[in-house]
Amino acid sequence: MVHILSLKVENRAGTLSRIAGLFSARGFNIDSLTVAPTEDPSVSSMTIVTHGDDVVIEQITKQLNKLIDVIKVVDTMGRDYVQRETALIKIHTRVEDRAEALRVVDIFRARVVDSSRNSYTVEVTGDSDKIDAMINLLRPLGVKELVRTGKVALAREGTRC
Amino acid sequence: MKLTGSAILIECLKREGVDTLFGYPGGVVLGLYDHLHQQNDIRHVLCRHEQGAIHMAEGYARSTGRVGTALVTSGPGATNTITGLWDALMDSVPLVVFTGQVPTSLIGNDAFQEADIIGTSLSCTKYNFLVKRVEDLARTIKEAYYIAASGRPGPVLIDLPKDVTFATTEFSYPDSVYLRSYNPTIRGNKGQIKKAATAIRRARRPVLYTGGGVVSSGASAELHRLAELIRCPVTNTLMGLGGFRGSDPAFLGMLGMHGTYRANMAMYESDLVIAVGVRFDDRVTGKVDEFIPNAKIIHVDIDPTSIRKNIQVDIPIVGDVKHVLADLIGILEEADGPLFDTAERETWEARIAEMEAAHPLGYKTSSQSIKPQQVIEKIYELTQGNAIVSTDVGQHQMFTAQYYKFENGRDWLTSGGLGTMGYGFPAALGAQAAHPDRLVITVSGDGSIQMNIQELATAVINELPVKVIILNNHYLGMVRQWQQLFYNEHYSHSYLAATPDFVKLAEAYGAVGLRATRPEELEAVLLEAFRVKKPVFVDVQVDPSENVYPMVPAGKANFQMVFSDPDDAHPVPVPDRIPGQAPAKKSPARASAEASAATPADFRD
Repeated sequence: MVHILSLKVENRAGTLSRIAGLFSARGFNIDSLTVAPTEDPSVSSMTIVTHGDDVVIEQITKQLNKLIDVIKVVDTMGRDYVQRETALIKIHTRVEDRAEALRVVDIFRARVVDSSRNSYTVEVTGDSDKIDAMINLLRPLGVKELVRTGKVALAREGTRC
Repeated sequence: MKLTGSAILIECLKREGVDTLFGYPGGVVLGLYDHLHQQNDIRHVLCRHEQGAIHMAEGYARSTGRVGTALVTSGPGATNTITGLWDALMDSVPLVVFTGQVPTSLIGNDAFQEADIIGTSLSCTKYNFLVKRVEDLARTIKEAYYIAASGRPGPVLIDLPKDVTFATTEFSYPDSVYLRSYNPTIRGNKGQIKKAATAIRRARRPVLYTGGGVVSSGASAELHRLAELIRCPVTNTLMGLGGFRGSDPAFLGMLGMHGTYRANMAMYESDLVIAVGVRFDDRVTGKVDEFIPNAKIIHVDIDPTSIRKNIQVDIPIVGDVKHVLADLIGILEEADGPLFDTAERETWEARIAEMEAAHPLGYKTSSQSIKPQQVIEKIYELTQGNAIVSTDVGQHQMFTAQYYKFENGRDWLTSGGLGTMGYGFPAALGAQAAHPDRLVITVSGDGSIQMNIQELATAVINELPVKVIILNNHYLGMVRQWQQLFYNEHYSHSYLAATPDFVKLAEAYGAVGLRATRPEELEAVLLEAFRVKKPVFVDVQVDPSENVYPMVPAGKANFQMVFSDPDDAHPVPVPDRIPGQAPAKKSPARASAEASAATPADFRD
């Protein structure tokens, strides 16, 4: 089962190493991990996507909480939350494909952020399923390169966490 | 007043009540050592290897309940502490280790004696700090001692760049620590404790299974009170020995791989296991599915990650053992009606007595050779459980756990989690430094003692009269035992051909060396060792064929214990060398045969 863990951590040198080290030392999986500053410069937010059965997820959550640099861990599973991810996708654009490419960009409310004679670079933001779907539609046109940020997640206001 | 980083460090140690520091100087910590030289409040014990220093700090910490402190230099000095850090982490020993570091301007430049000790020790410390500004030093030290000693105790490392020790700042020591991300749970959840009390009152065949957490939290009195209150037998883990008095009739002995039959079977047949300050280690559980199939489990531990890590439990309680037990006792004492059915308890105790009668702990004595178990029994007889005893790792460790009855958990120093050979002797030195008037004994083997044997110099120079009893069987005994039982008697590299003459070795260092080779010599030699006011090595020549029993073979369930060597076992090959003397002259043919294939036959005469 995939779980999205939303963490508040101390913004210190070594915090990321401690967390990454915990996952590797105990054989837990990291599907994606993002770190970003928050409104408080001494705190970073971290979103970790991981998978495992309930026992494993319980251990991951407990082990994370045990780390002294981790302030708070919220497992978004079963809670109402917003998750977003951004991708930059560089696609081949032969002349005959350009209209199709722009149509897909339009459908997904994405944007072309760079263009050349042979390519468009597209920026898309949304939940991960949306990005997967868009990549699937663009793939027949020829995806040259793509980068994804990994998920970020926040609980919706009004739900306790 | 402005002080240098070095002066601040010394001042902070005094404020933390540190009276003894175990260490070794080197380039980047010379400023610190210069300050140590100019004060008399803190005793510095100079080790001979940094691994020795950190195990000494562990022994000091375990025997006193205070935080142990070590000071080493950068690079190799720092990396030599890694084994001790892991050891302390696994066994929850509170330590603060100061490592020197190259100046901040050189960090990352692969400077001389630079090692990324922060990166290296990330996974083997409870927390670690690199102090980059002298202004942060005092607060960091305060936090380090707080983190090391609170919650589940553990080692904390502080990396000190050389320039920070020379820089000056206004000194003030914080009175308290606040870490927003670190708040160990001390009091257990009341609702859970009530549930536990209810389960206890319903239990017909309860067992208390208790570990190092009882010792760490100083909860022995509460444990004894609870056991008495609910009339419940108690078994201890290796780390928990002494947490419950070994001489108490309710004590079942240690459980697990080399535990007693009755302890393992009482667990197996129980309907309620009250697990206190334990972590269901694999050496305790054996095959997990068949460990305690019929019991409801209450699990009390301060570390939430210990709960449901290895085994599912019914009533988890996160909290400090001492507080949780006190609350539990309070609820039980106020309860209406009896806490147990006397007839049921009598039946249960009778059943346990049957288990004991079926397979008591024991061994065969011999008039010819000293049995290792006999040595431990003799030490117990002579000390009546009043000594501080440390061990290394292997057969001698298990014999000590089985045959010495510990009265106090803080008198028992052993490397349980990591299983560190070379732990015992330095740990005993640390304990002796803290308890100059007590008898401190290390039980070791001829293999283990050769790891960190250099600390004999530390013992002599610092007048730490530790008595090292070497159960010398010329083998890595536990390795040999496994090879005999599970590897077709292929004694691959477990025979220690060139064991030194420990008597001469001790004398060479200025210590006392004694030897016992025959059973009738044993008592007199031990008495002499305990009488001498100097460090002593006692070379006890023991029967090399003796194995540790009972034993749960790896991968088996605890009820599948074996109690003696298989019937078709061959005698263990005995080396043709008399200890303390030169090896017998060998014919060239024999020597070459030995060189080409060290099969057991080669060792026979």
